[in-house]
Amino acid sequence: MKLSPEVVAEALQKSLALLAGITDAAGLRADKASIIGEASPVSKLNALIKTVPNEEKAEAGKLVGGARSELNQAFAAKEAEFEAIERSEVLAGEAVDLTAAPKSLRLGARHPLSLLMDQVSDVFVGMGWEIADGPELENEWFNFDALNFHPDHPARAMQDTFFVEPVEDHLLLRTHTSPVQVRSLLERELPVYVLCPGRVFRTDELDATHTPVFHQVEGLAIDKGLTMADLRGTLEHFARVMFGEEAKIRLRPSFFPFTEPSAELDVWHPDAKGGPQWIEWGGCGMVNPNVLLAAGIDPEVYSGFAFGMGIERTLMFRNGVKDMHDMVEADVRFSKQFGSVI
Amino acid sequence: MRVPLKWLGELVDLTAGSSPSDVMDELVKIGLEEEGSHGGDISGPVVVGQVLSFEDEAQSNGKTIRWCQVQVAQSGDESVRGIVCGASNFAIGDKVVVSLPGAVLPGGFEIAARKTYGHVSDGMIASSKELGLGDETAGILILSEIGLDPEIGLDAIVLLGLDDSAAEVNVTPDRGYCLSMRGIAREYSHATGSKFTDPISRIELFSGSGFELNVSDAAPIHGLDGCSQFVLLGISGIDAKAKVPDWMVTRLKLAGMRSISIVVDITNYVMLELGQPLHAYDQAKLTGGISVRRANPGEQIQTLDEKTRKLDIEDLLICDEQGPVGIAGVMGGARTEVDTETTAVFIEAAIFDPISIARSARRHKLPSEASKRFERGVDSEISVAAASRAAELLIALAGGSLDGLGAEYATDTPETSIDMDLAYPAELVGVDYSAEQVISTLVEIGCKVEQKGSFVRVIAPSWRPDITHKTDLVEEVARLVGYDAIPARLPVAPPGRGLTARQKLRRRVLSTLTGAGFVEVLNYPFVSADQNALMGRPDGVKLANPIQSEASFMRTSLIPGLLAAAARNISRASVDIALIEEGSVFWKSEGVRVSELPIGNERPSEQLLSSLNDSIPEQPRFISGVVAGNWAPQGPGQKAIPAGFSQAIGAAELVFQQAGLELEISQQEVAGLHPGRGAKLFAEGVEVGIVGELHPDVAEGHNLPRRVGVFEINLDALFAQAPLILSAKDLGLMPAASQDLSLVVDHAVTAAEIRAAIVEGAGQLLESVELVDDYRGKGLEQNQKSLTFALLFRAPDRTLTQVEASAARDSAVALANQKFGATLRG
Repeated sequence: MKLSPEVVAEALQKSLALLAGITDAAGLRADKASIIGEASPVSKLNALIKTVPNEEKAEAGKLVGGARSELNQAFAAKEAEFEAIERSEVLAGEAVDLTAAPKSLRLGARHPLSLLMDQVSDVFVGMGWEIADGPELENEWFNFDALNFHPDHPARAMQDTFFVEPVEDHLLLRTHTSPVQVRSLLERELPVYVLCPGRVFRTDELDATHTPVFHQVEGLAIDKGLTMADLRGTLEHFARVMFGEEAKIRLRPSFFPFTEPSAELDVWHPDAKGGPQWIEWGGCGMVNPNVLLAAGIDPEVYSGFAFGMGIERTLMFRNGVKDMHDMVEADVRFSKQFGSVI
Repeated sequence: MRVPLKWLGELVDLTAGSSPSDVMDELVKIGLEEEGSHGGDISGPVVVGQVLSFEDEAQSNGKTIRWCQVQVAQSGDESVRGIVCGASNFAIGDKVVVSLPGAVLPGGFEIAARKTYGHVSDGMIASSKELGLGDETAGILILSEIGLDPEIGLDAIVLLGLDDSAAEVNVTPDRGYCLSMRGIAREYSHATGSKFTDPISRIELFSGSGFELNVSDAAPIHGLDGCSQFVLLGISGIDAKAKVPDWMVTRLKLAGMRSISIVVDITNYVMLELGQPLHAYDQAKLTGGISVRRANPGEQIQTLDEKTRKLDIEDLLICDEQGPVGIAGVMGGARTEVDTETTAVFIEAAIFDPISIARSARRHKLPSEASKRFERGVDSEISVAAASRAAELLIALAGGSLDGLGAEYATDTPETSIDMDLAYPAELVGVDYSAEQVISTLVEIGCKVEQKGSFVRVIAPSWRPDITHKTDLVEEVARLVGYDAIPARLPVAPPGRGLTARQKLRRRVLSTLTGAGFVEVLNYPFVSADQNALMGRPDGVKLANPIQSEASFMRTSLIPGLLAAAARNISRASVDIALIEEGSVFWKSEGVRVSELPIGNERPSEQLLSSLNDSIPEQPRFISGVVAGNWAPQGPGQKAIPAGFSQAIGAAELVFQQAGLELEISQQEVAGLHPGRGAKLFAEGVEVGIVGELHPDVAEGHNLPRRVGVFEINLDALFAQAPLILSAKDLGLMPAASQDLSLVVDHAVTAAEIRAAIVEGAGQLLESVELVDDYRGKGLEQNQKSLTFALLFRAPDRTLTQVEASAARDSAVALANQKFGATLRG
């Protein structure tokens, strides 16, 4: 047989036809030798190249090489095709129902009161204020005397305040976070801008709206030239961060031993249940000169304001918590509905 | 304070058609708090009826009703109606209030003839509550019981003043003068600008003399005399049985007081009108003159409520020759009480020390209308006027006349003045008040104001004992001009340092642990002595007045509260528990005791301040947790992972990591924990907490599953060891060599001990060591275990050879052998 383009084409076609007839990877492996091996029709053509005159050898080699290359490519393509099918079959076999995935991580949750206190703290830290802490079990002086509560003030009677045995030692559970104000004034350099979040205690029985253990945040600013306008500005900013840009505040004259003038603080809550409305939020006022004197600060030089509100109450009207029991019973379902968002 | 509007309208020009809420809106602006409204929401026909007869009829539902015949008109076809009534507190002949069909009672309750209990009930016999007159629910209102005997058929709405209504406001403790119509009317005038006429100015002043009166105080409280004024005014020839006029009964009722008798009602009426508490004595029952003094040791009095009370030597008394006839300002005595036979009385109007009265009222648990007013301060210039006003009413309504008897005592109280710079209100409030505005406001509230250049000298009115300082004057200016005038300005604080490192640690710990699956809870800190003993610190701080006697101690550990919380959750079907709490515990200390507190308005000495601080028990903040049930639940292709000490240790490690510290754990017996499953935690060698499995007996006692993991870390102690700034180490980049090591040791030796020996023995080339297995059983002696560690060696500067790694390993084995007799497992 003489090597000619026709002969080469015929050999190539024969192998390609065989290749085309193969339907799976196993068949391909079985017929690999007969398609592209030494015994394949195209490989056998190599022997004929020797019979070609020398001046035509190059041309003949090119002819056979071309056919061989085409065949190899076709084989490789077929191989890749079967591999892809095989792999997708494997993956198809590995499919699982992700909606039935077992749970290996747990979802925890912060307590909403603790989160809300942190959130309030962040508002004031953002304004350059610092966060002050103090003991929950206090000496009576810090809780009352230093805050201009007269020794005969009714709040100092046992019906409101938890006292520690023996009562002659003047130890009690703080009834407000205000002793931290006093401590801040005694310990810090002026000017003072602090927020005091924390736990406080009063001898109320637990019911839907009362609890003997609750939380407050209290703010205190003492500087030269502070006025009630600064108080209002601070509270307005605070209210807007907590309740939205539509929120505003209202001050009503009131009385507290540690402030003069004093005011009740209402907040206009734009998203309140039952429509936008004024809600009683806390108390505030200009720090009473006697409180400054208790800390050794000259009220003729410095003035300042203080304000305070209940965290439980804020959570109730801000987040729609209806019953105080939910906040104190440590039911995980209560915290979990908030997770870490409040 | 309840404010009947018609009464208010007699003292101040009330805007026509004002409702209680209109009046409250005005009063709130100047500092009174809105409480609610009373009356006014009723429409007729509501008439006086008389019960002619009734039959009790038992019903199948167990109730007994009365089928009554009630006369509701003088004559006519429908003058007698059949009415079903559920109450039984009335008798035949009683006059009652009948709401006839068509009437609307408070709350929008419409009355119609309706069939009930087998009768057609042609109206309703009303109770006080149904008429909006009070909260008394025990039966229907019987008119004779409130001193009324009106004609049948009379319009009961007019009779009872139900066409009037009252606003109720809450009065802050500094404004005692607002516990009177006089004070409220004045405030209403301040709020609205309408004309106020001081009722004092309308009173004709009377006086009596010749009655013996001795006022003394052997033991003044805070140096203040118990009684600074005392007026007695005698009125004779009265008819104590005289009918109280309907207008007074209904006004008292609307103001929240019950009609008792003409004399008592008049004293109450004048107290409500002027704010001066009054007391009436039956002249015939007094022996000798009156003396005002402190109680003698052992003295007793029977008060008007017929209780015998032991007196304290601090109680201020009104006495006659026989002994006490009243606790001053709190309650009168039974012996000299006015009764129906009384014909001559003394009216007492006095000024007592607020603190003395407050203490007596609290001591005897007798917070009366009188003591409430004395505690808050009574106008010091109206005693005579108030007694005269009562006399005027007694003369007019009970037929009496002045008998000339009486006494007056008054101490000189020097007027104190307050100096204030006229610019001061603007400086403190931030509103540009003019000097004229400041002065006119102070004059309006009754101050005497003398301008002296740039400042004013102010004498507060006699009804404002709360005004003692210039800031009090500022509040008056601010509230009368209005708080709404105050602008908003945001003050700029100096640059802050953000949260402290300690505060940040708390937040990191809480977010890390909750991120790892724990739920934060906040428990009450009140526990029993047993609960405190549980974790080995029984000596808690005890409360003098706990809410529950079984929880009278402050917690010394957070774990008892967490166990109770866990049990509560399990009982509510949340059975897989992972709870944490961050909070204070309270450690009793036998520290400094301060028995005398320093005064409030000056800075105590540094020494006294530190004593005050040292008197407070230590109260570190802890982070603690409990786990029980399953940590991870069973699911498709996953077995449940039971919760226990392992998660507790993991949580502790997270806490340490947040503090930048390595967890050091030392197994030992720990109070409250399983005897073989407890450990103490150390930071840089300092004990800071515990971890392990709760003692199964404790778990059982708390209705918890047998396996409960717990941890408790003193965050303050941990923070004390925490580095402020961590230094970086070089990361080795040369190839590492790993080796496994199995050591056979006695059961009693802990993995931590062996691990420490390996770390020490292997030296610097050892990069990490992890325990991968704890094998016991076949091939080992009974008391032996084999611990397998995976060791990783790395040199900083060269590729380590197996020979070098093996040498390091061998020295680790040698040290473990030397310290604990550990041998390589064959």
